[in-house]
Amino acid sequence: MTKEFEPQIIAFCCEYCSYAAADLAGSIRMSYPPNVKVILVPCSGRVDPVYLLHALEKGADGVYVTGCEEGGCHFLTGNLKAKKRVAYIRKMLDEMGIEQDRVQMFNIAASDAPEFARVAKMMTEKIRELGPNPIKGKGTAGPQSDLSVQEGQL
Amino acid sequence: MIIGEHKPIRELLAMIDGYNNILMVGCKGCVTVCNAGGSKEVAILAAALRIARRKQDKPVTIDEFTLDRQCEPEFISWLEDPVEKNKYDAIVSLACSIGPQYIAEAFETMVALPGLNTSFMGGTVEHGIWEEYCAACGSCVIHNFGGLCPITRCAKGLLNGPCGGSVDGRCEINEDIDCVWELIYRRMQKLGQVHRLEESIGAKDWSTSLSGGPRRIIREDLTV
Amino acid sequence: MKAETNLQKILARGEFAVTCEYNPPRGTDVDSVRRNAAQLKGKVDAVNVNDNTNARVRMSSWALSRILLDVGIEPILQMVTRDRNRIALQSDLLGASALGIQNVLCLTGDHPSKGDHPEAKGVFDIDAIQWISAVKQIRDQGLLMNGKDISGNPKLFIGAVANPFVQSVELHVIRLQKKVGAGAEFIQTQPVLDMERFKTWLGEAAQRGLTDKCFIIAGVIALSSVAMAQHLRSNVPGMMIPDTIMDRLGAQPEDRQLEEGVNICVECIEALKQVKGVKGVHIMAIGCEENIPEIIEKAKLLPRPDLS
Repeated sequence: MTKEFEPQIIAFCCEYCSYAAADLAGSIRMSYPPNVKVILVPCSGRVDPVYLLHALEKGADGVYVTGCEEGGCHFLTGNLKAKKRVAYIRKMLDEMGIEQDRVQMFNIAASDAPEFARVAKMMTEKIRELGPNPIKGKGTAGPQSDLSVQEGQL
Repeated sequence: MIIGEHKPIRELLAMIDGYNNILMVGCKGCVTVCNAGGSKEVAILAAALRIARRKQDKPVTIDEFTLDRQCEPEFISWLEDPVEKNKYDAIVSLACSIGPQYIAEAFETMVALPGLNTSFMGGTVEHGIWEEYCAACGSCVIHNFGGLCPITRCAKGLLNGPCGGSVDGRCEINEDIDCVWELIYRRMQKLGQVHRLEESIGAKDWSTSLSGGPRRIIREDLTV
Repeated sequence: MKAETNLQKILARGEFAVTCEYNPPRGTDVDSVRRNAAQLKGKVDAVNVNDNTNARVRMSSWALSRILLDVGIEPILQMVTRDRNRIALQSDLLGASALGIQNVLCLTGDHPSKGDHPEAKGVFDIDAIQWISAVKQIRDQGLLMNGKDISGNPKLFIGAVANPFVQSVELHVIRLQKKVGAGAEFIQTQPVLDMERFKTWLGEAAQRGLTDKCFIIAGVIALSSVAMAQHLRSNVPGMMIPDTIMDRLGAQPEDRQLEEGVNICVECIEALKQVKGVKGVHIMAIGCEENIPEIIEKAKLLPRPDLS
């Protein structure tokens, strides 16, 4: 029996809004797919564009960033910066031959547990539709740790 | 500072085609300040190229390193050991074009690739926006123009500007750019020096610029 | 030595001068040029020959100027500083002079990025004022820009251009003053459709004594259609066409727009004839050059004075 493809998705969620929504979803027993692995960040603006690429490089089938609603960011403009960085990486994906929709950004208010669950379900289905990360099984993942470089240690 | 932008991914992929063991070197100087080739940008581009090559079924190793500056032979020499040890077949430099040229000179049998398009000398307008301010003409005369450079910032390099295409104080070729001659005029008004604009400036001696050939400066008091 | 061209004599005698503009062909077909030029004979005092105007490649200005001379038309050689450095400019001027061309209009030129070879390197070694000054030195002192003397005695009548419709008026009039100071003897302006703004600029020029020191020839234009007017507004730097004119043209059905354009042009000429300080008109009729003789006739500018 062939195993259906189960997407592995990383979600960077900001502490003040979207992670709170995730917590709330959990408390009120709202289910969302286990495919989504949540990573807590203090603000969506903490997400460096390179995290999105490294996630894909290490085998994630999809990555998304969730931040506060626009105008409601705890750090004022972190979510706006995140939006631009996600857009930048999406454009780069196009040139790399990878589907842009594997990387997305959403805005979720702290109280909006249903939206958190909806986004998680929607991304899981979207990535299932797109299929596995096209580089899985091709070559080794990530920077070569035995050859890779920390500052001055080449 | 020197300002540039990384080459489009497609162009970088074409450039590294055929090479499988690459060192990508950033620079902590100008290109870090203009977010084009510092250690962060090296990380992003190296990851992007590795992913793209894996998709093409042509995986590539890209090691990442950032030098203090690449316009210094001594700093470039720090690459000698890793190059020797790891046997790279190409080095991609994300510094301004001086970097890959210095790398090519230091490593005669190493392929040195420019990952950046070096664009101009300029400064920060605001975070994420940089503008050209100096064309390195070799004989600075901005004091005659209220401290602004018409050679760089006037599209036609007029020393007796403005041209008749300066509409509503905007440059003929791009209405997003101020006509620098309007800016000069306003500055001269503030300085009370508008009458100086009535003096005709003679033809420029371009021999001190790149037009006169590649330049070199020697400071006898500093050479060993 | 100062030139005594037909244009120069007409202006010096206080006659109202008439010049028009001719864009060389994008090719080597000179038969059509000769045919069109024949229509202008006796109707204009001199004809501007554009120098790769709008940075679009055309037959060279001095070559076409010589061809016009051959068919009995007096040319005004336009020379832009965009494409040639001082070496080539001086060289071309000496060549043109040897071919009998005497009226020279010195200007910077439109930027290459707006033309048909936007990848070309713009030269801009010198600007219009520096070029005017160089031409004057060649004519009056027989010296090149480097002080070396030349053989022969080029006779030249030096012109320049001005745009009365751009900000800031004082700054642009200062530039006009520098052109006149450098040696410009006649000035052609961009087409005048906004009389008020033109008079403002002219007033500033008169205050600085410039209307006495040079011959100001006001530009006029025959707009062949609303579409053409729109195109000029969007694509030609410094072209000012007021909404009132656009509306007037637009009110006509398409097949009557050219006629209205001609009427507007004639009205402008009649108005400019009355303005103190204006010594002539320079007629531009882009895409409808064959209407120039009609405009000149309707504006009662015929017959042209014969000073031969």
